[in-house]
Amino acid sequence: MDHTLKAVDLDLGSLSHAVAALGDLAVAQVRAAVDVFVRHDLPGAEKVVRADNAVDLQDAEIERNAVRFIALRQPMADDLRRPIAAMKMAMQLERCGDLAKNIAKRVPRLDAAPSEAKAASIAELGRMAAERLAAVINAYRSNDAQGAYDVWLKDTDIDERHEGVVREIVAGMAAEPDSVGDSIHLLFIAKNLERIGDHATNVAELVHYQITGTDLSNRPKL
Amino acid sequence: MTAITADVGDNTRRLVEAKRRQDLIFGVVGIFVLVVVMGLLMTLVADLLIDGLGRITPEFLTSFPSRRAANAGVLSAWVGTTLVMIVTAAIAVPLGVGAGLYLEEYAAKNVLTDAIEINVSNLAGVPSIIYGLLALGFFVYALDMGQTILVGGLVLSLLILPIVIVATREAVRAIPSALRESAYGIGANRWQVMWSYILPSARPGILTGAIVGLSRAIGETAPIITIGALTYIAFLPPAPISAEPPFINFEWLNSPFTVMPIQMFNWTSRPQADFHVNAAATGVLLLAMTLMMNGFAIYLRYRLRRTVRT
Amino acid sequence: MNETLHITSPAVTTPPPTPSDVSIRARVSELNFWYGKFQALHSVSMPIQDNKVTAIIGPSGCGKSTLLRCFNRIHDLYPGARYEGAIELMPDGLNLVSRSVDPILVRLMVGMVFQKPNPFPKSIYENVAAGLYVRGIRNRSEVDGRVEHALKQAAIWEEVQDRLKKPAYELSGGQQQRLCIARALAPEPKLLLLDEPTSALDPIATAKIESLIADLANDVTVVIVTHNMGQAARISDQTAFMHLGKLVEYGETEQIFTNPTVDQTRDYITGRFG
Repeated sequence: MDHTLKAVDLDLGSLSHAVAALGDLAVAQVRAAVDVFVRHDLPGAEKVVRADNAVDLQDAEIERNAVRFIALRQPMADDLRRPIAAMKMAMQLERCGDLAKNIAKRVPRLDAAPSEAKAASIAELGRMAAERLAAVINAYRSNDAQGAYDVWLKDTDIDERHEGVVREIVAGMAAEPDSVGDSIHLLFIAKNLERIGDHATNVAELVHYQITGTDLSNRPKL
Repeated sequence: MTAITADVGDNTRRLVEAKRRQDLIFGVVGIFVLVVVMGLLMTLVADLLIDGLGRITPEFLTSFPSRRAANAGVLSAWVGTTLVMIVTAAIAVPLGVGAGLYLEEYAAKNVLTDAIEINVSNLAGVPSIIYGLLALGFFVYALDMGQTILVGGLVLSLLILPIVIVATREAVRAIPSALRESAYGIGANRWQVMWSYILPSARPGILTGAIVGLSRAIGETAPIITIGALTYIAFLPPAPISAEPPFINFEWLNSPFTVMPIQMFNWTSRPQADFHVNAAATGVLLLAMTLMMNGFAIYLRYRLRRTVRT
Repeated sequence: MNETLHITSPAVTTPPPTPSDVSIRARVSELNFWYGKFQALHSVSMPIQDNKVTAIIGPSGCGKSTLLRCFNRIHDLYPGARYEGAIELMPDGLNLVSRSVDPILVRLMVGMVFQKPNPFPKSIYENVAAGLYVRGIRNRSEVDGRVEHALKQAAIWEEVQDRLKKPAYELSGGQQQRLCIARALAPEPKLLLLDEPTSALDPIATAKIESLIADLANDVTVVIVTHNMGQAARISDQTAFMHLGKLVEYGETEQIFTNPTVDQTRDYITGRFG
């Protein structure tokens, strides 16, 4: 049922819209960052770094609007969960944006373009991270608690993949001592992608909380 | 008066002027009516005063009636009126207030009590001479009480009882239910609510009703004549206070008596003009007594209102 | 999956069983109430926890005031009131609405404050002492002491201690209402009923009364009817939501306002009135 005061529904609608848009932007940044790394695209990397401003601005806007909603509408029950969840999700998505920016910043600092094998591993990790994030944003958009729960469950996949990538990179460091510098960047990049996966899990918890009012506990850990 | 600005539009302006005219007409008519009524009243009172005021002297107030107009006085009459009023008040007020309170607070609301309410209101309109006949048959003959002050007080009490009962009921009804609910709310029982809360709040209204009743009673002539008040009394009822024990007695209740309206009637029926002057003087006295009674009631209500104000 | 139970149809719910370590001051059991032919309450059952504030909320005409007024039998003043079921006052289990229980007895144990401040047309002292006089307590020092204590509980002692003999009408609206609270408290009732006590008052007076209600719960069990949901959220420990004479949901206030189980409750508190 709609709120008797229409303005409340409008406010909530635009808040959700803003969070979803921020989510899409974050996903795009992650994909772009991985892409510019794989192709060693320096100008592209520059663009990704600059685009992070938009992420920060949208996050700040969402927080402002959420606080305004709470102050003016005095929401209860699920109405209260929505701005709270929106603020926390925006924060998570802004961190994802930071991590993507960080990946892009490392691209020009590499001595050489990554080897095909390394690129493929990172790309795979990046794909998994971006897909998790996209999936949870979709669950948010369609108010799908089950979808959020599914994403939340599969947290271990990305952790395992990350472990594998780290082992590869470390083996590479041992095999080619000259590449240690780049390998360290690769380790950070891989770590960032794993962190993005974690943030996606956090967002999944928040989406589930907003819809059902209950917390998901006992997060699956390695 | 502020001028109507041009912005307002012709229609509105006409409307406002029409309304003002209406107000003016109504005001003029009202004042006219007021003047006519007050004029009539003032004329009556003035006429009475002109005729009678000069006659009121200490001798007039302390002499008994006499065949000679110059020596006649109203002593027995005003003493009689006063005593009868005391008896009336003593009977009608407690009975009337008690009945009113019972009907409002204690009696169940059903067809019977509705019927009683209607009958009580109707009784207020019964011609007073009927009460006189009732009293004559019942008190004077059946109970053989004689033509006394007591019977006079009884018949007048009956007459004004409906007025007091209705006034009491209205006063109680005017009390907001919030007061009643709060009083019951603190655990008071019916009697406590009635005595400590309802009655004090209803007192002003009840008092008004009592005064209205007594004002009516003081001027009633027909029932008093019917029960046989004498028109020529040259003695006073026995004094209630005496030097020997028992120091207070009630023999005056059983005494024959007369009242001022009867004395007036008696004097007006005589042909001599001087008796008419006496009658006018008595009228002035009666008016003065009524005004005093009302004044006392207003004073009482003012004193009580100060503590009971809502 | 960790889902909450969602009841989508408006249900007549019986409250979850209270944990055994919680003390109950009164229990409403299958209470039905009629005004003449009209049934105003339908099978209402809920506990009232001891020394806690229980709020009853709901739209106009839902029966919340009607339910409250059953606790002190004020309905008995008007013809046509009929009760069925029970309100058991613990620890004895006395059924407050039973025909065999004298309403006067009930009102000696249960105090009420009404919506519009309505002190008696008497002095401040006499207002508070009224409940004591009615119970035959006349000893001057005892009455003085209890009057002072009640006025302190109602957070108004400081303001009136120098003018106890003045008429109650000289007080402002908010002060009059606190005086009415003191009046209800003086006889040390087992239950204090508040029927929308602040709806006629300004925000400052309201805040003062809300603040004292929270403290009051230490001494007496409070049941408050309010149409102001924020108020219920601010000051109550448990909340009951009623609609059309039925109890729709009862629970801890925190749960009701953050995650109500019944859709109807959620709709009401979030402003979806349909």
